[in-house]
Amino acid sequence: MISLQAIAFYIMATTTILAGLAVVFARNPVHSVLFLITAFFSAAGLFVLMGAEFLAMLLVVVYVGAVAVLFLFVVMMLDVDFSQLREGFARYLPLGGLVAGILTLEMIMVASTVATQGAAAGSTGPDASGGADVTNAEAIGRVLYTDYVYFFQAAGMVLLVAMIGAIVLTLRHKPGVKRQNIAAQNARTPATGMTIVDIKPGEGIQE
Amino acid sequence: MPEQTVSPWLWFGLAVGQILLILIWILLSLAFLLWGDRKIWAGVQMRKGPNVVGPFGLFQSFADFLKFVLKEVVVPAGADKAVFLLAPLLSFTLAFGAWAVIPLAPGWVIADLNVGILYVLAISSLGVYGIIMGGWASNSKYPFLGALRSAAQMVSYEVSIGFVIITVILLAGTMNLTELVEKQAGWLWNWNVFGGGLANLPIALVMIPMMVIFYISALAETNRPPFDLPEAESELVAGYQVEYSSTPYLLFMIGEYANIVLMCAMISVLFFGGWNPGFPTPFLESWPATAQSIFFFLVFFAKIIFWFFMFAMAKAIVPRYRYDQLMRLGWKVFLPTTLVAVALVAGWRVYGGAL
Repeated sequence: MISLQAIAFYIMATTTILAGLAVVFARNPVHSVLFLITAFFSAAGLFVLMGAEFLAMLLVVVYVGAVAVLFLFVVMMLDVDFSQLREGFARYLPLGGLVAGILTLEMIMVASTVATQGAAAGSTGPDASGGADVTNAEAIGRVLYTDYVYFFQAAGMVLLVAMIGAIVLTLRHKPGVKRQNIAAQNARTPATGMTIVDIKPGEGIQE
Repeated sequence: MPEQTVSPWLWFGLAVGQILLILIWILLSLAFLLWGDRKIWAGVQMRKGPNVVGPFGLFQSFADFLKFVLKEVVVPAGADKAVFLLAPLLSFTLAFGAWAVIPLAPGWVIADLNVGILYVLAISSLGVYGIIMGGWASNSKYPFLGALRSAAQMVSYEVSIGFVIITVILLAGTMNLTELVEKQAGWLWNWNVFGGGLANLPIALVMIPMMVIFYISALAETNRPPFDLPEAESELVAGYQVEYSSTPYLLFMIGEYANIVLMCAMISVLFFGGWNPGFPTPFLESWPATAQSIFFFLVFFAKIIFWFFMFAMAKAIVPRYRYDQLMRLGWKVFLPTTLVAVALVAGWRVYGGAL
């Protein structure tokens, strides 16, 4: 009898692969992004089955909750020209095929190594498993903030540089644009905001 | 763990039973909370509110439900039909999915994940897709604008909610919601809002503002007034749900309310001790186990209702924010404040007080 875990695995693995194929074959780019989200989500489910629930939650929070939202934004708002996209298809096919081939080869090598020798074989790095009663968030924290702290910080710096780069590229100060000064607005009092004019009857306001 | 003693299929059946039980409880509570919501606004505005269907209008929600279900489902021409109908289903499912990890009473939880808090965060970050998909698939300008606003708003406030949750995780040292609640047992000052224990009382200076920020961010996250800009009816007619009618609209609305009640439950669990009444309960030991559970459950439910009342009062009292003010509050006020608070709480955990 097949166990519940096996059924869950086959359902989620099939969903991941089918959604991955649908990302490529969907005609509408918005549907592609939605299938990509499905693929992310089922991959997170596979992580949970492997006992890596912390990574699974991070995958959902970061990729599905933030990155894919931005993808979806861009794809929905961009005016994508499909005929132009199809023209490029033949031109980029050899390059894309090469990249896909290398990736497939690498995946096969990794998978076969893991299948024959186990996941941690040949690793000289610190042991991240940390014993049986340690939750995997704790296990990751133990190595991430000690042995790999410089890599972790470097990754953070790369992201910061990318963020500043994006701001530098898009920030333009046009002259003559009126901007809000929130502090000044909040500090406004009746005394600074209005003048009381004493109007004589029958004369109106005289500047 | 029961699954080691019973067969997996029986365990599966039991899990489904539990899920149905909680689902029915939430739906029934929602019906009356919705009625309460309307009664509270009515009270603030010196009206009577719903008072026709049943005693005090108690069955108004059920009448509304029947009306929604019996209407025609209108799918606009040019809409992406599959996505259009999927969006409310997604909103509805996700809003209820997050309830799986909420501990209702000792042992009363469907999935006792050890990353329960992250699970809630993950599921609520998915909630934005229901709205974006609904807005885009309607193939109309107002829903699309509403969806964009909503997505930007929810993503922005998730950041500050995330940081507030980190302060709680740091303080409690666990991401399991059941453990988190158990650590807040005993007297009132063991609640996380007061620092979780007398020795940690000074950190209440940080945790009380964090609780307030969580409450405000929860208002924004669930698109409740004063942050209901995605559906600001004076500018966008009704935002992402303009084109929705009948049952799909009902699903959106129930999903929204389920999210609001979820946020109320989260405030109670994270800051106000979950099912703990705020005083030691040795007198309960002579009670039967079920009666104890029901007592704790009622305490938790009372806290949810209190926070729901706060949500309703915010809608009745506070005027709607402008969009730039909303973004300013999220990114320029809450994000730096919560970031500093995370540093303070982390520093307190390392250098200050007994743990």
